[in-house]
Amino acid sequence: MSSEKKNGKSSLPSEHEPVDSSRRNLLKGASMVGVAAFGSSAENIIAQDGGASSRREIAAREALEVLTSGEAETLDAICNCLIPSDEYGPGAFEARAVHYIDKSLASHNKSMREKYMVSLESIDRYAKKTKGKAFHLLSNDLQISVLSDVENNKVPGCSPSGKDFFNMVRNHTIDGTFCDPYYGGNQNFVGWDMINYPGIRLGASEADVAAGAKLEPNHQSAYDHDTYTKMASNQLLGQLGRNDDA
Amino acid sequence: MPKKLAKTDVVIVGMGAAGGVAALPLTHAGLKVVGIEAGGWLNPRDFAPDELRNGTRNWPQSVQKAASEAPTVRADSSQKAVQGGHPMMNAVGGTSMHYWAQSWRLNPWDFQVVSATKRRYGEDRIPAGSTVEDWPFGYEELEPYYEKVEFAVGISGQAGNVKGKINSAGNIFEGERQSEYPMRPLRTSPFTELMTDAAHSLEWNPFQGPAAITSELYDGRPPCQYHGFCNKGGCHVQAKSSTAFTTIPKAVDTGNLDVVTYARVTEVVTDNDGKVIGVNYLRGSEEFFQPADVVLMASYAYENVRLLQLSKSSSFPNGLSNNNDQVGRHYLSHHQGSPVIALFPDNLHNWYGLPAQGVAIDNWADDNFDHSELNFIGGANLWVHTDRKPIGAAKMSTFGRTRSWGTDWKKFIMENADKTNTAYIQKTTLPYETNYLDLDPQVKDPLGFPVTRITASYKENEKRIAQFSQDMMEKWYREAGATEIIKTGLGNVMGASTHAYGGTRMGDNKETNVVNRWGFSHEVPNLGVLGASVMGTSGARNPTLTVQALSWRTAEYLVANWQSIAG
Repeated sequence: MSSEKKNGKSSLPSEHEPVDSSRRNLLKGASMVGVAAFGSSAENIIAQDGGASSRREIAAREALEVLTSGEAETLDAICNCLIPSDEYGPGAFEARAVHYIDKSLASHNKSMREKYMVSLESIDRYAKKTKGKAFHLLSNDLQISVLSDVENNKVPGCSPSGKDFFNMVRNHTIDGTFCDPYYGGNQNFVGWDMINYPGIRLGASEADVAAGAKLEPNHQSAYDHDTYTKMASNQLLGQLGRNDDA
Repeated sequence: MPKKLAKTDVVIVGMGAAGGVAALPLTHAGLKVVGIEAGGWLNPRDFAPDELRNGTRNWPQSVQKAASEAPTVRADSSQKAVQGGHPMMNAVGGTSMHYWAQSWRLNPWDFQVVSATKRRYGEDRIPAGSTVEDWPFGYEELEPYYEKVEFAVGISGQAGNVKGKINSAGNIFEGERQSEYPMRPLRTSPFTELMTDAAHSLEWNPFQGPAAITSELYDGRPPCQYHGFCNKGGCHVQAKSSTAFTTIPKAVDTGNLDVVTYARVTEVVTDNDGKVIGVNYLRGSEEFFQPADVVLMASYAYENVRLLQLSKSSSFPNGLSNNNDQVGRHYLSHHQGSPVIALFPDNLHNWYGLPAQGVAIDNWADDNFDHSELNFIGGANLWVHTDRKPIGAAKMSTFGRTRSWGTDWKKFIMENADKTNTAYIQKTTLPYETNYLDLDPQVKDPLGFPVTRITASYKENEKRIAQFSQDMMEKWYREAGATEIIKTGLGNVMGASTHAYGGTRMGDNKETNVVNRWGFSHEVPNLGVLGASVMGTSGARNPTLTVQALSWRTAEYLVANWQSIAG
């Protein structure tokens, strides 16, 4: 699996080679199933082919709880502009920030659903009108140009305003790229690796702190730790007399 | 009609940092106490290291009562107040579950701001419009109670003055202590050592601040694990000395404390003689009346004040204990904003650690330096600490180097996520005639009661301290090698704060204070108030330990004078 992936990476044009520490992260991530699947999609985006085929591949494995497929396609491209997949490594696309945002709109961020609905449609309409194509089909440069117009309040119809919507999406994209993977974003820990966060530990020794960003990333969700989940369920199962493993 | 329950000796409204401490001496003395708490019990399994849930989403496990009745805020009475957020939370243990746990004693100067200032600098140095008074007693009076709480709750730290003997490893400016801290200070870190060395080369006096966090095995609780999710997260090993894991369980163990959870007190009830006879509360849709001989209010500054203002009766038509029109006055939000942000050339190793693991400078706090040539009184505690989490790190300042998104930004955060630090600067904040709390005429909470309205702004004295302390902070950061510095705005409107003071101020003069020197109402003999709402000055440091020392003192006074207060 990993050798196949490494081969895939080595086929990238040389200017897309990851630099220094991010290379370590990419190679680490490459040993994991998810990134292996998503990696080629990122390259497609970098190659500015629109990435349509690979996006469909991902969407087939990701339920959309709230967003329509059209909204998700626009939003995924916006997330990729904010935290791009680029020569420095994977970004919000590989982290699946859009998947995080979709899930959050079904739960904690429910009240913001309408802002996404209205604004994404307005952005797509603006892209078609001024650049001739749907937002997600534009080249990366043109997408950045449209998104700058959103940030500068030049795109009509955004809710509550272009700038406010932009700031909200930026926050949510960061949340979805750097949150605990339990929430559907930061998949394969690409966000934490991006900024060299060594990961969640139940304790940090003085040696851990001294190592700092050089500490081996442990790639664990908070909910991989027994303390917060499994121990609790196992105890409950034990109390109920159903702990078959015991 | 509310369902009438069996009478108890004492009702405490709120089982947080204040009420949770007062319950211990009361129950040890054999008094029957009912503690009414809006939140529920949480345990270490609820304290997952989850930045999104705890920080971004404000810890949904806690009951969001305080958030749902957040005060409205305006700078002055000409404006319309707007409702904002409120960071306090509701649970058994209250915000002591997820606070930073810095546990300071006030400086002796904070108890006598008026007399000490006049003595040293002359009559005209008290800022215009301020209603500040000396406390009715000095630091020495509270010292034994500070010590009791430090041991009962479990505080780690380095003493700087034990019985007059100065130790430069601790705070050389602190008031005289009778004993060392029960635990040594929390561990240092590469960053705190960097900043300590820089302070020494400036010939300042750096020291590790005190924390309600175990640094070693204490009272059956393990030491801090430094995992980095202390702020807004609760402690997974109970190293944080929340009242939920210290004084409250011990009070429950006496058999004399009954904690009623998920209950919202709606009114403090009085009889025709003007004494309180108990409280009404809602639990779900059921309404109860809990009779008691004594009521202690311990529901945080805003709710203490609001409950008094809402509890109107024939004896108190303007709200309970408010016939002198003092409830809601002398309010202040601690000036703890206006931070300085620094960028360093190298990684700071701050991915693990906690806000209480830091290093402090008190050289520019209180009256520790000569103000003769300055245009303000008081000062600031400068504090830098470890603590960094990924979402927060990604939202770091770009120091004007890139736009806030795209490839350049991504490269910037990849290089700099562990190179930035934000100083926490707590400043002397005074009460003013024009700063106050009342009931909002329009905005209601989900039960239909008006929320608190804050009308308050920082005045010149606070802004001058902010500017002065930012300059000192920049000096400190630069000495440590910081290459870029951002100084944020000096402050204007006083928003809803985790450090809210006043509204039921303590003092001997009943014309200007709500409670007497023991924390009991001047107008209602069997009504006591616990919390920073009784404090008339803020000092330059976190309020909780002072709140807890005052609570212990009020509780002991009640025990010693039970017949005259409850009778």
